[in-house]
Amino acid sequence: MLPWGQQLLDMCAALLLLLSFAMLSQRRIVTLVNLYAVQGAVLTAATLLLAWRTGERHLYLSAALTIVLKVTFLPWLLRRLLRRLDIYRDSEPRLNVTGTMLVGLLIVVFAFALAQPITRLASTSTRSAIGIAISVVLLAFLMMITRRKAVAQVVGFLSMENGVFFGAMSASYGMPMVVELGVALDVLIAVLVLGVFFFQIREQFDSLDLHHLESLKEHD
Amino acid sequence: MSFPNPTLLIGCLALLCGWGVIGLAGLLRPGSVRWAGNILFTLGAALGLALAVLGAVSLLGGGTERLILPVGLPNLPMHLRLDPLSSVFLVLLGASSAGISVFAGGYFRPGEGTLPGLMCLQYHLFLASMALLLLADDAYSFLVAWEVMALSSYFLVVSQHRIPEIRRAGFIYLVMAHIGALAILLAFGVMQGGSWLFTFHAMRAAHLTPGWAAAAFLLALFGFGMKAGLVPLHIWLPEAHPAAPSPVSALMSGVMLKTAVYGVLRVTLDLLGHPAWWWGLVPLALGLLTIVYGVLFAAVQTDMKRLLAYSSIENMGIVFTGIGLTILFDGAGMPVVAALALVATLYQCMNHAFMKSLLFLGTGSVLHATGERNLGRLGGLIHRMPWVAWLTLIGVLAIAGLPPLNGFVSEWLLLQSFLFADRLPHAPVNLLLPMGAALVALGVALAGYVMVKFFGVIFLGRAREATLARAHDCGVLERIGLAWLALGCVLLGLFPLQVVHALGAVTQQLLGAAVPQAVSVWWLLAPVPGRAVSYGPLVFLTAIGAVVGIAMLAVRLTYRQRVRRSPAWDCGFGALTSRMQDTAEGFGQPIRHLFQPFFAIERQLPAPEDRAPRYHIEIRERIWSMLYEPLARAVQRLADLASRVQQGRISVYLFYSFATLLVLLAVALFR
Repeated sequence: MLPWGQQLLDMCAALLLLLSFAMLSQRRIVTLVNLYAVQGAVLTAATLLLAWRTGERHLYLSAALTIVLKVTFLPWLLRRLLRRLDIYRDSEPRLNVTGTMLVGLLIVVFAFALAQPITRLASTSTRSAIGIAISVVLLAFLMMITRRKAVAQVVGFLSMENGVFFGAMSASYGMPMVVELGVALDVLIAVLVLGVFFFQIREQFDSLDLHHLESLKEHD
Repeated sequence: MSFPNPTLLIGCLALLCGWGVIGLAGLLRPGSVRWAGNILFTLGAALGLALAVLGAVSLLGGGTERLILPVGLPNLPMHLRLDPLSSVFLVLLGASSAGISVFAGGYFRPGEGTLPGLMCLQYHLFLASMALLLLADDAYSFLVAWEVMALSSYFLVVSQHRIPEIRRAGFIYLVMAHIGALAILLAFGVMQGGSWLFTFHAMRAAHLTPGWAAAAFLLALFGFGMKAGLVPLHIWLPEAHPAAPSPVSALMSGVMLKTAVYGVLRVTLDLLGHPAWWWGLVPLALGLLTIVYGVLFAAVQTDMKRLLAYSSIENMGIVFTGIGLTILFDGAGMPVVAALALVATLYQCMNHAFMKSLLFLGTGSVLHATGERNLGRLGGLIHRMPWVAWLTLIGVLAIAGLPPLNGFVSEWLLLQSFLFADRLPHAPVNLLLPMGAALVALGVALAGYVMVKFFGVIFLGRAREATLARAHDCGVLERIGLAWLALGCVLLGLFPLQVVHALGAVTQQLLGAAVPQAVSVWWLLAPVPGRAVSYGPLVFLTAIGAVVGIAMLAVRLTYRQRVRRSPAWDCGFGALTSRMQDTAEGFGQPIRHLFQPFFAIERQLPAPEDRAPRYHIEIRERIWSMLYEPLARAVQRLADLASRVQQGRISVYLFYSFATLLVLLAVALFR
């Protein structure tokens, strides 16, 4: 096993975390989608690296799936959607960027604390990355909470899936193929359905701002 | 403990399944009155009779049979058990439901609410669930049966669901039934005592600290008391019982209320073992309150079925007074007196099952014949409906507590056990108890008053409305049903010694003592240890018969050939009409006046110059405004507070999930 392989993998993990923070702070939605594509690319790289090092065949397939779905198709779909819907920026987030970043830092610390017992149990060579995978999931969740625009939340949702994928990869060299295919299909369908929703929401409220949906609750 | 071959238990189970099959068969031709009504209900009655026979055989044998069926929860198969206590209630269920089912076979008419076939399913499910409840030997089966019973009876209550008041009554019933079931569930949770085994066997073996045992008892009393209609938990009863079709009212009042008594007895005297003496004070005090409360409200009712519902509350008060005395004497180490009180309690249950079913069915016939349940529009029906009137009269005399009928026996036994209060070693209680006896006596006397009003206004005098002339007597099946129940009242009244003897198996099982028989004559009941008191109903019957016979003979002889008819004296007032007879309102007026603080009265008197005067009076229970409405408001406030969680913002909902996730992860991490 080559020492630089391990280091490359760690670097990919660090890049993923960095991209998560970048998404958390990014307010231009098109850039958000681009960042998501980059995250997918880094994930692909990590998967390929791992596949090459461990010789697990199905990881190549995962990498192919990732590059097709998460790097090209979904970002293309989202960009098209943004063009059609005429959205560029999210409105001011609920918590300002600095505050969000601070909360994000705390979450990363928490995630690493959480990963420790799992790290001890896992037998893979990539187990150090589990903490980062959990951080990516939780940061994506945090992004979904702080954004107002529905598209940003979808990107957060997709990014969360990236974190789960990375976590599975580093804890046990990927999920079984069936599960992975299933998850990929789920994500695809979810984005398509949500795309339809966006159009419906806009048609109804003339905006994609989610605070319009608040009037749907029973009474105030 | 030995396991004898459970033949009787399997027989009971087969009958229970038979009820289920009959219920399902009703769905074959749901619209047909002939199929569902006449045939299936009559079959159901035959099964009821068989169940009563099996119960009686088991009771006289005095043995215990057990069976474990491989169905139910994992690790908790269905435990069944047939012992003397369940046998008594099976006899009660089987015998009184036989009469009610036969009556129901002739009762249902097409186009009245629920289809007869569906009614048949709900009705027989109701019966089967009650039987299963009595046989259950673990908390799970018990509660399943309890809930099926509550739900099937709910659907029976709302069978005429197009009427808003009936829907409302059903809703109140459903809510109360669920709260009660929750309390019973909690009681079982306490009683398993850390063993986490929910069989009754484990609960008998569990050793609870006095505090927890008392908690279990109070929870059970709350839950079962709600079903039994114990004041102040009774409010559903006068709403739901009149709303149901009459055979269902009869079944609910006559039988379902007794399942609550069974539950209390099972939990207190069997599962919890020997209770502390002071527990008895709670059911005793509530029972006495219930007696007086129920009978007072019965006295001022103008709806005949509501009147009977309140009278049921009063009777359940008598039963719970008996339970209280049983616990009190048992806890004080006087098992023989406790056995006397328990026999009185069980006897009263038995009596009430027959009398109240009889009366409810009687009102059903009147309702069908006249379409009227308001006492103010009835009257004189004894001429039009002699069968119903005379058979109802037996029930009326019985429930009024007149010898030689059955109501007298249980009340006499209860009062006899009250007389042992002075032997209790607890100072203030033994002085206060005689006042309880006085309250029981007051209740019984007022019950007589209520029954005079009930029978007198409906059946005696002249018809208050012209339409009553079209009233017709009931059909054959209905007559059989009424006659069967009346026969029960008479037999239970004439042979008390045999009944008390049969109940001995239960007192042996629960208290380890039996009521002694001081005199060895078969027609004289002398159950009181150390006191020379006895009661011979046949003596009363003979005396009453002789007096009536002699009086009739004397009248015949003296006034022969000298009968003349003349118009009644009208006080110089002018033409009398039948509307000038004493009304239900008028008859209840003295009670309303004497006990005014009890009632929330709303009255509209017509002005003197009013050409079309209308007198309107509405009597409500204060308990609604004093207890239930504040309670409902508090619940509403809490619900409003809780609804703040619902913000409508997606990000807030996401935050809830996020926070939950973090907290759970943190718990997992730091544990």
